Amino acid sequence: MLQGQTWIFKNRPRLISTGTVGGPFEAKGNIPEAFDILHDDIWMKQTSFEKAQQTMLEEACQYAIKNSNLSKEQIDFFIGGDLINQMTPTTFTADTIGIPYFGIFSACASSMEGLALAAHMINSDGATHILTGTASHNAATERQFRYPTEYGGQKPPTSQWTVTGAGCGLVAKTGAGPHITSATIGKVVDMGMTDPFHMGGAMAPAAVDTIIAHLRDLQLDVGHYDLIITGDLGHDGRKIALDLLLEKGIAIQAEQFVDCGAVVYRDDQPVLSGGSGTACSAIGIYGHYVQMLKDGTVDRILAVATGALHSPMSVQQKGSIPCIAHAVSLEAGSDAT
Amino acid sequence: MADKKKKNLPPKAQSYQAFQKQRESKRPILMNCLKAFFVGGFICFIGQCITTLYIHFFDFTEQTAGNPTVATLIFITMLLTGFGFYDRIGQFAGAGSAVPVTGFGNAVISAAIEHRTEGFVLGVGGNMFKLAGSVILFGVFSAFVIALIKTILIQWGGL
Repeated sequence: MLQGQTWIFKNRPRLISTGTVGGPFEAKGNIPEAFDILHDDIWMKQTSFEKAQQTMLEEACQYAIKNSNLSKEQIDFFIGGDLINQMTPTTFTADTIGIPYFGIFSACASSMEGLALAAHMINSDGATHILTGTASHNAATERQFRYPTEYGGQKPPTSQWTVTGAGCGLVAKTGAGPHITSATIGKVVDMGMTDPFHMGGAMAPAAVDTIIAHLRDLQLDVGHYDLIITGDLGHDGRKIALDLLLEKGIAIQAEQFVDCGAVVYRDDQPVLSGGSGTACSAIGIYGHYVQMLKDGTVDRILAVATGALHSPMSVQQKGSIPCIAHAVSLEAGSDAT
Repeated sequence: MADKKKKNLPPKAQSYQAFQKQRESKRPILMNCLKAFFVGGFICFIGQCITTLYIHFFDFTEQTAGNPTVATLIFITMLLTGFGFYDRIGQFAGAGSAVPVTGFGNAVISAAIEHRTEGFVLGVGGNMFKLAGSVILFGVFSAFVIALIKTILIQWGGL
C-alpha cells in the first residue's frame, strides 16, 4: 500500500539472513564483530581492486544464502548496485551467483533502495526470496570518484573514507528474522553544494527530507523508533542533519540518531569525518544494527541510506551534488511464522 | 565569484548552505600553512644538502648541480610513493609536499602505479601524466611567456 511516498508492507516480509564482508582497515575498526568474513589484504588475492570488490560481494551473497539454508535456485532475484563505472563488480557477481538480476543505482543509498524494492516485490507476491546487496572498495572507489590519497593531496576534515566491504540481505515471505514494515522512497534533494570533499553536508538535507516524509506519511512520532540510522553522513553530516531535524521541529534525541559512517571506524583511525561508500550503510545495517534487532537491544529501527548522485565529470563541470536518501523500517520479529 | 554563484541558488539552498557552514569542521588554515611552510622548507633543505654534496664530492658546479639534485629527489620520492609513505606526508603537509619537485614526482609515480591494472600501454602509459600533464603544459607555457617578456625587454627596452 502506498501512502504519500511510503510503501507499507502489510505482509511484513522478513530479512531472514545477512552476509557481510570487510577489509583489513575495517577489521581494525570500531565494529569488527559486524563482519561475517574479514580479509587481511586489500587485494583479496585478485589482480585489481575492482575484482577484489566483486570477490567481497560474491562472498557476502554466498554467506547470506548459506546462512539461510536455502539453495541458490530458490532465490528469485538479486538486486544490487555499486559505484564503479557501469556497476561491473555487481554485474560480474550476478553472473557468478546466477540469479536473475536487477541493477540499481542510487550511489550509497543503493543498499536501502535494494531492500525497499525487495520487500515491495515480496509483499506484493512478485517473489518469495530476494537477495539484495552492495559492495564498495576503498581503492576502487577513490580512483573512480575522488582524488586518491596517493596523489599526495591534502583532504579537508570534512572528507570521508570509503568503506572496503560488502553487505547482503536475503528477504523472504516467511522465516525467522526482523520484519520489514515500510519503506520511504526519497526525492532528489539538491542544495547547491559543490564540494566533493564534504558529502555529509550535501547529503544531510536529503536524509532529513526522507525522515520527515516517512514520519508524515505514517503519522508517526519520532519516538516510535529506537534508532534512526543514516548511511554515511559522517560526523559532520550527522551533526548537521541532527540540527536540521531539530530545527524542523522533530524532537529527536541525539543518542537516537546514529550514522553508520560515524560508527564503523575508531576515532584514532585517519578517516577524518568517517566512513562512506555503498558498503558503509550495507555493513552497518546488515551487520551491526540488524544484529541489535535480533538480540533484542532495539525493537524498531529506521535505516536511512544516503547517496550523493554526482559524477566526477559533473563536479569538474561545476555541477552541484544532488543527493537522495531511501528509508526502510525494520522491526524485531518473533522467531518463526 | 563565489558570491555570484550563490546568487543563482534558490533561497532555500542559500539558507541551508549558511546553516551547514556554521556546523561543518573547519579547515585548520593557519596550522596547515605552518605545516606546509616547515615541511616544504625541510624538503628544500634536503635538496640544498644534496646540491652541496654534489659540489663538494663530485665534479659539479653551482650551475650544473641542479639537474642531479632534482633527479635524486625524484628518486627518493619514487621510493616513498611506492612504499606508501608520500600520501601520509601529503595529508600532513598539504602544499608543503605538493609544490616542491617531489610533489611532481609523486603525481607521476602514483598515477603510474594506480593504472598498472589496466596494462602498460593504455594504463600506465596513457595515465602516467594525467595529473602531471597540466604541470608540464602550463610550466612550459609560462616559461615561454617569461622568455618572450625577457627578449622584448632586452631587444627594445635596452636593458
